[in-house]
Amino acid sequence: MKATVLVRPKPGILDPQGEAVESSLRHLGFAVETARVGRLVELELEAEDPERARDELERMCEQLLANPLIESYEITVAP
Amino acid sequence: MTERRPKIAIVVFPGSNDDRDAALAFEALGAEPALVWHGELELPRDVAAVALPGGFSYGDYLRCGAIARFAPVMAAITRFAADGGLVLGICNGFQILCEAGLLPGTLRPNASLTFACRDVPLVVERADTPFTSRCVAGQRLTIAIKHGEGCYFADEPLLSELEANGQIALRYEQNPNGSVAAVAGVLNAEGNVFGLMPHPEHAVDALLGSTDGALVLGSLVDAARDRALALV
Repeated sequence: MKATVLVRPKPGILDPQGEAVESSLRHLGFAVETARVGRLVELELEAEDPERARDELERMCEQLLANPLIESYEITVAP
Repeated sequence: MTERRPKIAIVVFPGSNDDRDAALAFEALGAEPALVWHGELELPRDVAAVALPGGFSYGDYLRCGAIARFAPVMAAITRFAADGGLVLGICNGFQILCEAGLLPGTLRPNASLTFACRDVPLVVERADTPFTSRCVAGQRLTIAIKHGEGCYFADEPLLSELEANGQIALRYEQNPNGSVAAVAGVLNAEGNVFGLMPHPEHAVDALLGSTDGALVLGSLVDAARDRALALV
């Protein structure tokens, strides 16, 4: 089973990486107002049941993939 | 002799690079350093304090310290800290302690996005801790920083709590990395775990420009010696 986890800086959290990307895009002439940079984790799981996979993924996010203090995450399990 | 030279464990992670500097500094300051591999399940017997050194543990993949916190030795360090044991984290060690939940808050990429490597002035906010007892409150220290991810972050409620509890023991005089409230070093609520981004182990010899780091590490050696005596 395939899944993706999208980890992004929480709103209001300073994202210097996003700011650097935003300013570079502006320098290239693109009309960019804001850019925020997160992280995409692609996973292949040994799981049959999407619900159980989702529970596992939640625990992965809480324990390792995201820092809940500064990051939010979004889990997508491929059908 | 152990009571005169307290044993200080220095954890070596894959990617640690200031472990030997820390060992040399502690030895010069009267402790007996013991390098401990991250794969160990237990700390050596009669360890009076633990230091997590600077470096780039496990390549600092994902987030700095995020993977190192699951090293086998970390469970032993968590137990040691829960029993009131003294734990110091320097730079990457600070990041690991935050990720492990042994210290509040977290460290993020510098606001400037540049690696900061220079001597910085610091102000001692608390001199009544096992990590700063050789200092006086308000004292100005000069200690080098060298990090790309030293921007300390705590959200507003947490920061108020840290301020109210006096957990911010060390602040930058001129904020070099965007840290909230110019935090350079923070204590846990119990006061037995301390993390800081500056490198005291690089400031123990006048040849290297400053000996102010000896005040921090020397304080820990004093406290570790007291603890070693108490345990005898």
